[in-house]
Amino acid sequence: MPTLTLYDAVGAALTEEMRRDHNVIAFGEGIATKRHELVDEFGALRVRNTPLAEGIIAGTAVGAAAMGLRPVVDLLFAPFLCYAMDELVNSAGKLRYLSGGQFSFPLVTLAMTGAGWGVGAQHNHNVEAWFVHSPGLKVVMPSTPADTKALLKTAIRDDNPVLFFLDIGLLYQPGEVPAGEHLLALGQAAIVREGRDVTLVSYGKTVHHCQQAADQLASQGIAAEVIDLRSLKPLDEATILGSVRKTGRLVVVHEANRLCGIGAEIAALVAEHAFADLKAPIVRQGGPDAPVAASYPLEQASVPSAEAITDAARRLCST
Amino acid sequence: MTPKPPANNPQQLLEQMLLIRAYEEAIVNGSAAGRMPGTCTSVGQEAAAVGVVNALAAEDLILTNHRSAGHLLARGADPGRLLAEVMGRRDGYCKGKSGSLHISAKELGVVLTSTIVGAELSMAPGVALAQSMLGRPGIVVCFFGDGAACEGSFHESLNLAALWNLPILYVCENNHWQAFVHRREAMSREHVAEWATGYGIPARTVDGNDVFAVLEAAQAAAAQVRESGRPCLLETTTYRTRGHLEPDDQGYVDKAELANWLARDPITTSRARLLADGLLSQAQAAAMADEVASRIAVAQAFAEASPFPAADELTRDAYA
Repeated sequence: MPTLTLYDAVGAALTEEMRRDHNVIAFGEGIATKRHELVDEFGALRVRNTPLAEGIIAGTAVGAAAMGLRPVVDLLFAPFLCYAMDELVNSAGKLRYLSGGQFSFPLVTLAMTGAGWGVGAQHNHNVEAWFVHSPGLKVVMPSTPADTKALLKTAIRDDNPVLFFLDIGLLYQPGEVPAGEHLLALGQAAIVREGRDVTLVSYGKTVHHCQQAADQLASQGIAAEVIDLRSLKPLDEATILGSVRKTGRLVVVHEANRLCGIGAEIAALVAEHAFADLKAPIVRQGGPDAPVAASYPLEQASVPSAEAITDAARRLCST
Repeated sequence: MTPKPPANNPQQLLEQMLLIRAYEEAIVNGSAAGRMPGTCTSVGQEAAAVGVVNALAAEDLILTNHRSAGHLLARGADPGRLLAEVMGRRDGYCKGKSGSLHISAKELGVVLTSTIVGAELSMAPGVALAQSMLGRPGIVVCFFGDGAACEGSFHESLNLAALWNLPILYVCENNHWQAFVHRREAMSREHVAEWATGYGIPARTVDGNDVFAVLEAAQAAAAQVRESGRPCLLETTTYRTRGHLEPDDQGYVDKAELANWLARDPITTSRARLLADGLLSQAQAAAMADEVASRIAVAQAFAEASPFPAADELTRDAYA
């Protein structure tokens, strides 16, 4: 199986989908510069650099999507999405519904976020929950190169606007990616490790922290099940509930601010639908309610560590 | 339903303006009586809408905003379906989910209407990009106000359209009011057209209350966009003679300024001109008014008879 970084998996997905469908176009902040091989193959009309103006990039994608193109736009860093909120939330997310279904918006927005480069809070802010809370949008955040390629291909084919977040800390991590056509449905979580004692639910880089925690827990005789959500909307409720009904214990982990994060939704979901199966209170682990610092130790401290996840899970298993 | 062919005589332009006025007055009255929601009317701006829309071809696409009644009706929208939409009824153009503020009618080429001031400007380049990349013939016409011209999206849109050679006719309806703020308080320049020239976009200002002048200017501008494949801007200078949103006592409006513009009402002046030029008789004018009143009465009856959306419409079309 070929090995690709997550960054190259994005390029591979773009290449395959642009070959498959002439209506797929890509534009954004430096995409034609950094992925010049796309320009070489598909031409300067389908792959374009843009001004550093996120609002008009996103708005142009919305208009183009409504009229039959399938744009993929690169807005670089997730906090820059603040400049594109009207276009993504008010236009892409709402104008299908408000028009009585006259339009659809098949567009993908790429943005990087997360700890790893010490870039500080205006380049590193895990804002994915904002978009989960906004109707009409889908939200994806993969943790491996293989999932990135398969999910991005599906997202490009989806007729809804998809926010596709790339974890900075995973960007240049290599991973095996199946050759050829390989798709994954949005809304399908992966059980990346099976266990009977406690469920660890996460997405993005903290999936790997959960896997490290599961290794540590195994050496202490605790079998942790690790779920990688992969997509946050649609959310694979069945896989989460099925696992918690089996283990009776849940730790939800993400790098984003714990306050009103995805973890809160998952905790509520489990409390509503699997309360009787719980053997211990639900634990949420997430970033603090503070902007992320550039300073390396502070940046790293904003991310739930494998040790913290291990401790939380062990405490749950002792109750 | 498809877009109405452009008017081929000046009487039709007058009749379209009368229809728009009567339609919006029906909403104003219905709103005052508690039978309809309040809306943002375009009363006083009819010539600016009718003049531009009648300069367009059937394949051209229109993006508009919350003050859209003129654009939609001039394009041939059924006033009954429009009123049904305003009243949140099933037979509206958007199944009652839009209300008055974001009515799109794809069948008429009126696409992606947004009530967020400036959003039409942000989406227009993408619509034009699709037109050119997919080899479709129509140009894109984007209606916005002087308020939207003060949004960043105006400047980003013009820059990109000029940079990427997009076939967009930007039409700024400079109606002097940005919600409750006079444009003098909000704009660093007198005219939006001045800003467009800074982006290398040909721009022209026209008396937006003279439907014949607007038509001629819009025909020239649309032809320029069609031939060059590049953007142009037309600024129609007009005046919002009613409030921002019904009801509105307009206590903040300078009375002398309003009176001056009311004396230049686009319907009164164009009717007087047609009468003076012998292109319309008093009897024809009266018959035209009766015809419009009767169309609006039929439209209102249709809208009131239309049912509200079924409960299962609550979440339908949130996702494709």
